[in-house]
Amino acid sequence: MVDRTSPNASPPGGPQRPPLSAASLILRLGGIAVVVAAVAGAFAYVHGNFDPQRLTPKALVDVLEKNNGVHPGFRRNHAKGVCVIGHFESSGEARVFSSAQVFNEPQTPVVGRFALPAGNPYAPDSSVPIRSLALRFTQANGQQWRTGMNSMPVFPVGTPEAFYQLQQAQSPDPATGKPDPAKVPAFFAAHPETVPFLTWVKTAKPSASYATETYNSVNAFYLVDASGKKQAVRWSMTPLARDAAGASAPEGGDFLEKDLVQRLAAAPLRFQLNITLANPEDPVNDASKAWPAGRKVLNAGTLVLEKTQPQLSGECRDINYDPLVLPAGIQGSDDPLLAARSAGYANSYLRRTSEVSQLPAAKQEARP
Amino acid sequence: MSTQPTHFALLARLLHWLMALMIIAMLFIGAGMVTSVSERHEWLIHLHKPLGIAILVLVIVRLLVRLTTRQPPLPADLPGWQVLAAKASHLLLYALMLVLPLLGWAMISASGEPVMLSTTLQLPAIVPADAQLFAFLRKAHGYLAYLLFLTVLLHLAAALFHGWVRRDEVLDSMLRGRDRS
Repeated sequence: MVDRTSPNASPPGGPQRPPLSAASLILRLGGIAVVVAAVAGAFAYVHGNFDPQRLTPKALVDVLEKNNGVHPGFRRNHAKGVCVIGHFESSGEARVFSSAQVFNEPQTPVVGRFALPAGNPYAPDSSVPIRSLALRFTQANGQQWRTGMNSMPVFPVGTPEAFYQLQQAQSPDPATGKPDPAKVPAFFAAHPETVPFLTWVKTAKPSASYATETYNSVNAFYLVDASGKKQAVRWSMTPLARDAAGASAPEGGDFLEKDLVQRLAAAPLRFQLNITLANPEDPVNDASKAWPAGRKVLNAGTLVLEKTQPQLSGECRDINYDPLVLPAGIQGSDDPLLAARSAGYANSYLRRTSEVSQLPAAKQEARP
Repeated sequence: MSTQPTHFALLARLLHWLMALMIIAMLFIGAGMVTSVSERHEWLIHLHKPLGIAILVLVIVRLLVRLTTRQPPLPADLPGWQVLAAKASHLLLYALMLVLPLLGWAMISASGEPVMLSTTLQLPAIVPADAQLFAFLRKAHGYLAYLLFLTVLLHLAAALFHGWVRRDEVLDSMLRGRDRS
């Protein structure tokens, strides 16, 4: 281009171009708008804005809040619980299958939490026949293994979509303010995968103690050895002290934490980590299906719990027991519930950590 | 002839286009990740963390390149408000490119989770584990990511405005190494 003005004042090609016709200007501005709208639209598409039916972490946690009410600062599920501190002693048996340090070191410190699988932190302990145990193992190399286990052997459903529908079936009806009693049976009738869970839950009673339950990973994982070979597994923590097994729940709503504090004042509690090895034909992507009996079980070591802490001031309070926080040597399976738990827990964690200042004073929750 | 450069240095242009791809990818990964409960959530997170740290490393290199090379001046006839908008938006882009990965790294640190870039590669925590700090950092990471996306859209629109409507040298200075003949 030829510069008519001072060569220093204006870079070549600047203002000397012939003006655009009105039509050309509109076309060009329109072109810019189309490009920008296409990028913004693609972003909105990925973000789920055009798909209100997409199951999002927010929707999962919203339905829990709808069913249980919002209890600021508390977990949106398994809201009532107690922290436990202890360590894990590896037997060395799992070492052949997993390179994880937790199976190779003699001891690994653990911060755990016993809880009720309910969204209301004030639910009576006898209201649910299930208890849960979450653990965080902190390896010497800094990697962590987090696991959230439940006392049921299988999950009611196999997919996050079905879990969401089951929660929706329990949501209060806007007209009556109460859940429609016909909806849950209708859900179960439409979901034959719930049969193993329903068969189990018929015989399940609320236990009198956290210490007498067996806690199951429910979801499947892989142990990975140093050469990268993978073995599908499920694990469980089985109590070594079965003194009060089968005891029926006492009166009152808050006996579990008292029982645990009493037991730990007397002696540490021990659980055995049993790791069940899947056969090649066993389903690893469906937590609603049990694996047949007779599978090889490793005794991977002993969990020793030494003391409790109140959940509102204890170390477990700020831990998100995301089952996909795993050390090298353990991997998640393609069970779709695992990714959904991870995503949903993250959403719940952000909500409750934003509300820490609204928690009731820790001493109110603490019991002798 | 002017002693002012008419184009960005080759390294600056390479970094610009490489990071443009990475940042757009990162914004889309983030948007998909936080709105999904499927396995996609998991593999997107495993992409998001190492890609974020790669962007952090590259933006530091890029700032050094920016400070040690000369940039072509804006067109002399550019209206004052557009000069101001150009300078402010570039400052914002650099600030967000630097701050977002640091916020991501800090928020994982504050959650008490190990900061893992792969199954074995671990970064140290850069802040202590603290729930309230986590909530603040996590929200800042999210809101500033949306702000970065809007700034990128503005940057894209402005670049095309220079190229298609003003037809000055601004877009070309980032596209090519030589003057138009």
